[in-house]
Amino acid sequence: MKNSKTFHKGQAVPLNRDNIDTDQIIPKQFLKSIKKSGFGPNLFDAWRYEDEGYPGQEVQERKINKEFVLNQEKYKNSDILVSKKNFGCGSSREHAVWSLMDYGFKVVIAESFADIFYNNCFNNGLLPISLANNEIETLLNLAEQRKEIEIDLQNQIIFSEDNEIAIFEIDPFRKKCILEGLDEIGLSLTHSSEIKVFEKRRAELSPWIFEGKNHEK
Amino acid sequence: MAFTLYDKLWNLHEVTQREDGTYLLYIDRHLIHEVTSPQAFEGLKLAGRKPWRISANIATPDHNVPTTDRLKGIEGINDEVAKLQVVTLDNNCKEHEILQFDIHDRRQGIVHVVGPEQGLTLPGMTIVCGDSHTSTHGALATLSMGIGTSEVEHVLATQCLKTSKLKNMRITISGQLQEGVTPKDVTLAVIGRIGTAGGTGYAIEYAGSVIENMSVEGRMTVCNMAIEAGARAGLVAYDRITENYIKNRPFAPKGHQWALAKEQWERLNSDEGAHFDKEIEIDGSSIAPQVTWGTSPEMVCDVDGLIPEPVNESIEHALNYMNLEPGKRIQDIKLDQVFIGSCTNSRIEDLREAAKVLEGKKVSNSIKRAIVVPGSGIVSQQAIEEGLDKIFIESGFEWRAPGCSMCLAMNPDQLGEGEHCASTSNRNFEGRQGYGGRTHLVSPATAAASAVEGHFVDVREYI
Ligand code: SF4
Repeated sequence: MKNSKTFHKGQAVPLNRDNIDTDQIIPKQFLKSIKKSGFGPNLFDAWRYEDEGYPGQEVQERKINKEFVLNQEKYKNSDILVSKKNFGCGSSREHAVWSLMDYGFKVVIAESFADIFYNNCFNNGLLPISLANNEIETLLNLAEQRKEIEIDLQNQIIFSEDNEIAIFEIDPFRKKCILEGLDEIGLSLTHSSEIKVFEKRRAELSPWIFEGKNHEK
Repeated sequence: MAFTLYDKLWNLHEVTQREDGTYLLYIDRHLIHEVTSPQAFEGLKLAGRKPWRISANIATPDHNVPTTDRLKGIEGINDEVAKLQVVTLDNNCKEHEILQFDIHDRRQGIVHVVGPEQGLTLPGMTIVCGDSHTSTHGALATLSMGIGTSEVEHVLATQCLKTSKLKNMRITISGQLQEGVTPKDVTLAVIGRIGTAGGTGYAIEYAGSVIENMSVEGRMTVCNMAIEAGARAGLVAYDRITENYIKNRPFAPKGHQWALAKEQWERLNSDEGAHFDKEIEIDGSSIAPQVTWGTSPEMVCDVDGLIPEPVNESIEHALNYMNLEPGKRIQDIKLDQVFIGSCTNSRIEDLREAAKVLEGKKVSNSIKRAIVVPGSGIVSQQAIEEGLDKIFIESGFEWRAPGCSMCLAMNPDQLGEGEHCASTSNRNFEGRQGYGGRTHLVSPATAAASAVEGHFVDVREYI
């Protein structure tokens, strides 16, 4: 019925906790990679497996922590993550977003997000939605009942079985970027001449900032 | 019109507003390390773009470098994946002629220690780095923010950060600190008060007599953890203490330029009557030494406090992970390791503070390992000149080479499963210092005194 406006439809997995930090989302040993892909198997590594993971390991050989929500049979194939306050706090590592996406998450819904993580999401096309506490509780329940959740990004509405669950706020431009995938750098570079003018003026005013390299030891 | 320090710094750097409503903010200084930059350089190359202004960029490897066996340089990194990352930084810097304090350079160190120390962090600047603790540099009246890797690429390509304006918060810490209470305790007490999301969307200016009387090193410790309060930027106004800190640093302006710079820097403070969206006041004399007991920096209490009741799922989960019983005295927590270091507390003052406590004492036999990791080669050299290394070594600490080390344990310095550590770093997240490791954030003085006793002690009674 609303299909034409659906940005995403799927089942959610509940991560019912505040302050999920980026060290949990992707532990540091996996940050050594110089690529943007391949982080999915190590998403929430310390919670998903019973052993300590290391980069390049065969995942099949590892012991799974069956208790952790992502590993529970009923939450298999979920691609929406629902959590609580201050999701993505801690380090600026964009690897956190890359690993959520690589695992297959399309949307992260939380009561609030840490600033840097929130920006990183948009820069990669992962949709972060923040909602009020009671709406999060509803979604956590729907997730547990394995109800399908539908996100209409165009109209900024979340549905479940045609019932409206919540209306969410999103910056209009950021919405456009998620929907159309714009080249941020390219867009900023259309302002090149303004940047050059600004830079020249700044160099005249505060020349010490623009000193060349000093290789003396 | 009355402006806040944040507003002034913003106004000095606002280039233009894009059609989407966000602003382009000109970036004076871009700091680079090995972990968050490779994908940005790769992206730049794929798009056929070049860095906008080479001289804005300064790089140093810090997260991955080993703290032992440094004479071998890159070859001393046994982990092949980590080595590749350091080599990649080397190659990217060489290709673009970016100034790097590489693994062999005596100036190498934690990027947030190196910048101010070299005079590369100067008042009035905008500074970004692909690292959330970039907030540290705000101690020198700069607007400094951590960014993600896509933003690193954006800054490399355009010399601008695409961003929106933050709100203004001022935290005034009045009165005088008790003896034995340090900047680390101040910043932890603030987080305990406002929570880890209390500063989200704000730039926090720290003010009041406690801050005014604090050294730049101490102010850096305070601003370093602004991000742990959720704020992307921490700030302190420029004053004589800032001026004296910067004077004669290698990259600081000299002669005529110094005079010109000083004149501009004088304005870097919040005007009388400037509007803050949120004001918080704390009586500095009421702050006690702080110890975290959980897995988020807001899970903190006074050193003479007790482990709280698990009133919600987050605390319950944290206490489980930390293996701590509600009602237990903080001072009864037995320690396995002690770590003095990180961009929060690895500057010369921090080492002096710890050494003062340790002088003539021995680390308890029950401590498996105690290490001290200076923030940079320059800090290390200075400490050696002052004989601090000897005090540490004689007391039973291991004296290491500079880097991030056990702050995030990407290198071999790690906690064992279940071990409790008194750490001067900034994050007590699960597994942060090693798989299954249990971190307690404290000041260098508390870490040192607790190393001697094998459990937490109130350093006020110790000195
Ligand atoms: S010392 Fe720790 S917090 Fe600071 S930059 Fe290094 S890893 Fe990050």
